[in-house]
Amino acid sequence: MSQTTTNPIPVDSDSGYDMGIVKMFFTATVVWALVGMLVGVIIALQLAWWPANLGLPWTTFGRLRPLHTNAVVFAFAGNVCFTGIYHSMQRLLKTRMFNDTLSRIHFWGWQLIIVSAAITLPLGLTQSKEYAELIWPIDVAITIVWVIFAINFFGTIAQRKVEHLYVSIWFYMSFVLTIAVLHITNSLVMPATFLRSYPIYAGLTDALVQWWYGHNAVGFFLTTPFLGLMYYYLPRAAERPVYSYRLSIIHFWALVFLYIWAGPHHLLYSALPDWAQTVGMVFSIVLLAPSWGGMLNGLLTLRGAWDRVRTDPILKFMVVAVSFYGMSTFEGPMMSIRAVNSLAHYTNWVIGHVHSGALGWVGMMSFGMMYWMVQNIWKRPLKHPTWASHHFWLATIGIVIYTIAMWAAGLMEGLQWRALTDAGQLANPIFLDITLRLQPFLWLRLIGGTMYLGGAIMMAINFWQTIRGPEPIAAEPVAVGAD
Amino acid sequence: MSDTKYGQFHRRVFERKAAVFAVATTVAISIGALVELVPMFMADSSLSWQRGAYVTPYTPLEVAGRDIYTREGCYLCHSQMVRPMRAEILRYGPWTRAAEYQYDRPFLLGSRRLGPDLQRVGQKYPDAWHYEHMRDPRSTSPGSVMPPYPWLIHDKIDVVDIAKSVRALERLGTPYVGTDNATIAGSLQSQGGGIVAGLSSAGITAEWDDEIIALTAYLQRLGRDGRAYLEQLEQQGGNQ
Repeated sequence: MSQTTTNPIPVDSDSGYDMGIVKMFFTATVVWALVGMLVGVIIALQLAWWPANLGLPWTTFGRLRPLHTNAVVFAFAGNVCFTGIYHSMQRLLKTRMFNDTLSRIHFWGWQLIIVSAAITLPLGLTQSKEYAELIWPIDVAITIVWVIFAINFFGTIAQRKVEHLYVSIWFYMSFVLTIAVLHITNSLVMPATFLRSYPIYAGLTDALVQWWYGHNAVGFFLTTPFLGLMYYYLPRAAERPVYSYRLSIIHFWALVFLYIWAGPHHLLYSALPDWAQTVGMVFSIVLLAPSWGGMLNGLLTLRGAWDRVRTDPILKFMVVAVSFYGMSTFEGPMMSIRAVNSLAHYTNWVIGHVHSGALGWVGMMSFGMMYWMVQNIWKRPLKHPTWASHHFWLATIGIVIYTIAMWAAGLMEGLQWRALTDAGQLANPIFLDITLRLQPFLWLRLIGGTMYLGGAIMMAINFWQTIRGPEPIAAEPVAVGAD
Repeated sequence: MSDTKYGQFHRRVFERKAAVFAVATTVAISIGALVELVPMFMADSSLSWQRGAYVTPYTPLEVAGRDIYTREGCYLCHSQMVRPMRAEILRYGPWTRAAEYQYDRPFLLGSRRLGPDLQRVGQKYPDAWHYEHMRDPRSTSPGSVMPPYPWLIHDKIDVVDIAKSVRALERLGTPYVGTDNATIAGSLQSQGGGIVAGLSSAGITAEWDDEIIALTAYLQRLGRDGRAYLEQLEQQGGNQ
């Protein structure tokens, strides 16, 4: 392992900008990252060792799993997006946020939604749709807070001091608009009581609406805003301009147009009409092209800076993030092919795929951005640069262990479910036998996930000590943006 | 950074005018959404391939059981979809038709099988098996990794609450006959009482309003209508 030298982070002048809101979202991000990942480790333990369900209604896997997914998607990744958006858009548009009060309502509203999720989900109050479990009163609150965010977002754009919108802003805009459409469409329900409701869609229509939502939550909550972050923070950390402006135009429009079609690949081999399944499959495969367009634009931005990638943990995080983005956007289209899906569906392979995207792309991109940002906005050098490097290796090795364990488990169970004897009978007629053979892999996954959490804990301590650290560095004006 | 004619066009039309950009983005994401969803909405609102008279709505007790099933997150380890593949049909039974889901709000197809698919679990085991399995999964399935659900044994369903649920489903179009509290209470009591009577012959004491009774009622009807219909079709030599 080569020595760790964090590049001196440019210290931007904050005059006129609202950095308070950025610090608030940043702090919330760190807290929810730890909570979300900790719950992930707990439920990983529960799958490997059932007594960890503790025999209590509130702590069983079935109630904690939605808590994990909601915490990492909406609490951790959501707050990451808001941190980066509130920070970068003020600089990219050379203006303060439209309205500081709206910013604070957005912040506290969002945190309140997360807390209410953390209370209701263990109580078993759920709508059961994945990543849309929260009960209808919370859904209403999400809609209101999102509209407030959108007003603040577009108000800021309207008062911008630069003429052109930088590529990051395009991606943020697709995030703000699409999530609103997805959330409202998928949350239309008939309330029975204050705590319970039933969707206006039934059966396979409900399933299609949900997976249209679910897949695009991945697309527009975990992909497009993070590409926006990549387009701002990667060039800044590497001190290189974005590789290709033209590529960013093509892959932006292709991505937002194509992504929305891919949902039905979650319902292959269901009784959904064949045309819908095929459309979902074909668009999922085509989606590979714009996804790799984004990956290449990110990686090629580092041209001429690769020597620094070896020593700078921030760039390491970002390079691995973009590489995992490329890997999981290759794996996803492959898994959408009917024949592959027949093997992969309902297995741990899917869990592995999700986590190579979530831990690899979203997590690592967030960490890279945050290590850069903590120094930039608190104007202090990182307290423990070597810890950042240790975090990087813990996280990377953790992901590799995690995904390999899940691939192996998924392939094994998929093959054993379908295996037939020469006489044409099931080779493994007892389902439980196959589940029990997964146990070693589930323990291995727990190790990988724990390493990843351990790295995040190191990061949190590092940030804490950095922020509490010595006097701030004096600000010097720096050119804004890479465009 | 290349500034081609193409780039200049993008700058002039989209990047200077945020409103144009926002509208264009909304159009881009709407096309796929409309093409995929609208035909489904239309199919949902008419007699079509998503409908079949052989499937009956969930009784109030089964609605209560289904709510418990979602509350406990059963769908996170158990799917409800038999795929049209030889191994699945051998393991579970006839593959699932669209009409079998017509009263499912929300759908519960699941996304993971840590345990077996439950689409055809109805009538596969006696009621007493489900009772014991929820109390202690390892008593019926040695080595099982499922957590126990002992609270289902003594926690009670709420009649008024279930009546509200049934009426909400009725408002959405599920055909129920008689959805006042008294009728629903009567329905709950008689169906629950039947299960309780069966359990008592297996030496298990339970009451009609125990949560385990509602959940058992739901599990025992899963896939039942579809299986009966499809087996009848098969005997007639039909394929669909």
